[in-house]
Amino acid sequence: MQCQFCANPATVHLTTIVDGQKTVQHLCEACARQHYLVEHHQAELNIKAAVHFMLTQQLGPEAEELSRLTCPECSIKYMEFRAEGRLGCPRDYEAFRRGLEPLLKRVHRAVRHVGKRPPHYQQNRQRLAELYELHRRLCQAVEDEQYELAAQLRDLIRARESFG
Amino acid sequence: MNLDALTSTTGEWLRGTGPESDIVISTRIRLARNLASFPFTHRATPQQRAEIESLLRDRITRLDLPHPLRYISVTALSPLDRQLLVERQLISRELANGDGPRGVAFDEREAVSIMVNEEDQLRLQVMRSGLALEQAWHEIDHLDDLLEAKVCYAWHEQYGYLTACPTNVGTGLRASVMLHLPAIGLTRQFEKVFRSLQKINLVVRGLYGEGSRASGDFFQISNQITLGRSETTVLSELQGVVAKILSYERNARAALMAEKRMELQDRVSRALGALQHATMMTSDETMELLSSVRLGINMGLLDDISMDAVNELFIHTQPSHLQKLVGGPLDGEERNAARARYLRTRLRHTA
Repeated sequence: MQCQFCANPATVHLTTIVDGQKTVQHLCEACARQHYLVEHHQAELNIKAAVHFMLTQQLGPEAEELSRLTCPECSIKYMEFRAEGRLGCPRDYEAFRRGLEPLLKRVHRAVRHVGKRPPHYQQNRQRLAELYELHRRLCQAVEDEQYELAAQLRDLIRARESFG
Repeated sequence: MNLDALTSTTGEWLRGTGPESDIVISTRIRLARNLASFPFTHRATPQQRAEIESLLRDRITRLDLPHPLRYISVTALSPLDRQLLVERQLISRELANGDGPRGVAFDEREAVSIMVNEEDQLRLQVMRSGLALEQAWHEIDHLDDLLEAKVCYAWHEQYGYLTACPTNVGTGLRASVMLHLPAIGLTRQFEKVFRSLQKINLVVRGLYGEGSRASGDFFQISNQITLGRSETTVLSELQGVVAKILSYERNARAALMAEKRMELQDRVSRALGALQHATMMTSDETMELLSSVRLGINMGLLDDISMDAVNELFIHTQPSHLQKLVGGPLDGEERNAARARYLRTRLRHTA
């Protein structure tokens, strides 16, 4: 078996099965090193690098671009999400849109929500943003043992929460 | 927080009532929700998780509900109590074994539970005995509206309710129906029945959800797709599939009664006999035997033991419940002996 990057004999073989589709990558030791799959002093496969390698192979030419995506809000990287399966924050759906849509299509066979909408979303957004901020300051005040400030903030929160 | 009182009851999902309750144990619907202005749970700092918990705890306990919710911090519970809540299906294993500030609120009926800081910051859950998808949906839809009036959900015009894992995005809804299918099991028709489910994107799991294997012929059937299909579409698809499975099971039960009545009677009587007389009993074996007894009651082959009693034994013989009932921690062998003793006492007066 020949390495898929050069003519040397392949000694590292990676098998990926996605939706029942099996693909096998063959690499020689030198090329495997180049992709960080094996390290000089170790005999074992570098699992993280192997996952990254297989993902980039799966995702094709766009992969390089996708792998550079980072969420400005929570700073999670697209590749971290692919490796862990969980997103970092609600913003990621926008930040990783290009990578996510093919995935959503595969999982749900759709990319657009149909169904319930939060009925109070628009009217509460602004008011709730203020409340979150007050709440955050309250938690900080408690942590800092500033109990007088905490009591003031609590009163303020209660007064503004009359809708709740 | 003392949870010992829970062991004297069974909770909504094992009440054994409701439509089709000879086969359908319970119906469960959960909604995954997150707050707009925080990272998802696994990415939130300890300080943020504490903020989220305190905010949600406050909102949840102030909900105006006919059955008020009691909030319990999972962090403050012993491992045994956490496991007790898992066995009662009030919390997930992920919440029980997780870390950081997290909790659960539930009502005295154990029909509603809200987990805080699970994979998603909010996991709302409504349970009903028997097949009751529509009622469960109405209740959880209302609960969701009440909560949404007090917090700002992570929402996206195109993607719907945003969740930590994209497999839940959209409606965030997972509807599950728990079925007891002993006759399909005895007549070896599982493969035929469940092959058809996978084609329409429904999944089959064991009694305790993801990763658990089916024991005692109990199966959960749930939807997988949450994006691009409305809640009502998903629920009616599930309802349709369950109706088909019910007819398979009923036909198989009728065939067993017509063709193998003696064999079935023997199986049921032996199961009851073993439960009444054994000295050691594992959790799995108990499930298998109680499953046969449950079938026997439904087929009119046993008449001096009630379904309520059997349902109660299902939950009371789970490891944490058992340890609560005997009042102390037990290791594997001791636990199996205690379980057998408990079953013997409870079934002593059954002929």
